[in-house]
Amino acid sequence: MVDWSRAQFALTAIYHWLFVPLTLGLSFIVAIMETVYVRTGNPEWKKITKFWMILFGINFAIGVATGIILEFQFGTNWSNYSWFVGDIFGAPLAIEGIMAFFLESTFIAVMFFGWNKVSKGFHLASSWLTAIGANLSALWILVANAWMQDPTGMWFNPDTARNEMINFWDILFSPMAVNKFLHTISNGYVIASLFVIGISAWFLLNRRHQLTAKRSILVAAIFGIITSVFLAFTGDGSAYTVAQKQPMKLAAMEGLYKGQTGAGLVAFGILNPSKKPGDSEDPYLMKIEVPGLLSILGYRNVKAFVPGVDDIINGGYKPWFQEIHEEEKEMTYSVAQKIEKGKLAISALRDYKTASKAGDTILAKFSKQRLEENFAWFGYGYLSKPESVVPNVQLTFYSFHLMVMLGVYFILLFIVVLYYLNRGTIEKQRWLLWIALWTIPLGYMASQAGWVVSEVGRQPWVIQDLLPTIAAVSMIGSASVKTTFWIFAALFTVLLIAEVMIMVRQIKIGPKDGGQK
Amino acid sequence: MNLFKRIWDLYYDGFRAMTVGKKLWVVILIKLFIIFFVLKLFFFPNFLNSRFQSDSEKGDYVREQLIIRE
Repeated sequence: MVDWSRAQFALTAIYHWLFVPLTLGLSFIVAIMETVYVRTGNPEWKKITKFWMILFGINFAIGVATGIILEFQFGTNWSNYSWFVGDIFGAPLAIEGIMAFFLESTFIAVMFFGWNKVSKGFHLASSWLTAIGANLSALWILVANAWMQDPTGMWFNPDTARNEMINFWDILFSPMAVNKFLHTISNGYVIASLFVIGISAWFLLNRRHQLTAKRSILVAAIFGIITSVFLAFTGDGSAYTVAQKQPMKLAAMEGLYKGQTGAGLVAFGILNPSKKPGDSEDPYLMKIEVPGLLSILGYRNVKAFVPGVDDIINGGYKPWFQEIHEEEKEMTYSVAQKIEKGKLAISALRDYKTASKAGDTILAKFSKQRLEENFAWFGYGYLSKPESVVPNVQLTFYSFHLMVMLGVYFILLFIVVLYYLNRGTIEKQRWLLWIALWTIPLGYMASQAGWVVSEVGRQPWVIQDLLPTIAAVSMIGSASVKTTFWIFAALFTVLLIAEVMIMVRQIKIGPKDGGQK
Repeated sequence: MNLFKRIWDLYYDGFRAMTVGKKLWVVILIKLFIIFFVLKLFFFPNFLNSRFQSDSEKGDYVREQLIIRE
């Protein structure tokens, strides 16, 4: 049941995320193009804007509501989780629905239908507000996701078995939420830039709409270079936060089993597939490492100790960050100790319930105190063995390195494109145009790899340290989950094919009356 | 009233003038039908809402689940 529910959620999220990033980025690129049109009054820019706006519209229309299926799954497959998180997850999603979605859907109508109905200024404002609305939608869901990775700003109410929000701002502005939001949306901007450059490259390869294509490439490449550098910075911020809050994920990202002072960053490596936590085998078959860089990136200090998988399981090291739980400031607990504490917390919840029903206020008070003292390790109580805290290291490691390598490649591509654009010879660089075209899927690949790092790397937790997947699922049979898994697989595949077909058809038509033939 | 008329005209004329949208709307409508009328109704009942009436009952059930799954 757990595996099928996870597979179903992963499938839905992966497909949903094929549509979202292009919406996030293309909305801004369109708004920038329209701004140039309004400022210059050049009708060529209006044609360019309208062409990309149609592609934005196709992607938006096909993708809209695919995310709602994730919410269905929360209610059916993950009911313990849905109840346990209480309003913390509900509040950001409600804000998303009320504020961002309505902002987005109102102004998107003006954006598409209002060309000859409203003033230029109002239309331009609508385009920008559509882009801002789309990105605000992403903010709230990402805040909710970040809270699952770093639960903060809440307390657990044993009477209702729910976490209750005590500080909204702690949740909204937690470093995890800020970095996740910025890193994710900038990833969307890079994908959209690659998309615009790739499609424009196709026009240049076919010697069609060349002016439109070159101007589109100019906007997208500038937007792309700025946002891809920003993406790298926010990625660094994300890794820094992960080092503090999810050290096991960081260890898995780097395939690090034995902790090191002045740990190096693996630039390229092949993991030893037979490596297991606690054994003496070399984790790598080969690796190229930059000395000290992991300590610098993760801890901002070349002398910092980066714990590996085995260190986190065995505990007993002094953590570099002081934000860690009070009792672990001097020496971290082993996972076995955390499991004991988790079991204490769960038994305290049981005793509290029994005492409350029996009207035994003294025992209830004592149990509640015991629960609060051990709640930080509540989820560990469900784990059967210490090794359960180790995620799929191979998948996390390769996904992370694929994402980083592609991220560096995108920056180089934007630079090369801008170089030839500046020289005025880009249409002659057919090799570059082919590369740009075939880089479109690589953008999506890097993005999905990033989510794999984020979500696979934090297993077994649904909520970090507080609730593992095995305690979060509903007590339902797996038959319906299996059935809907295949329904989703079929539905999303059809939607994706439909999107690609409609989009390709529209691209072949090209900008109407736009550009030089 | 004039404002409402203008908003109505914006949507009415906009939808009528759509050229790309015809196929797109078919895809969207089929998708929404499958999501809300097939999947939601037949495959995704809210687990807690379908079994319990009050928040108190739901809380008791989840707390019990959290305790027994240790």
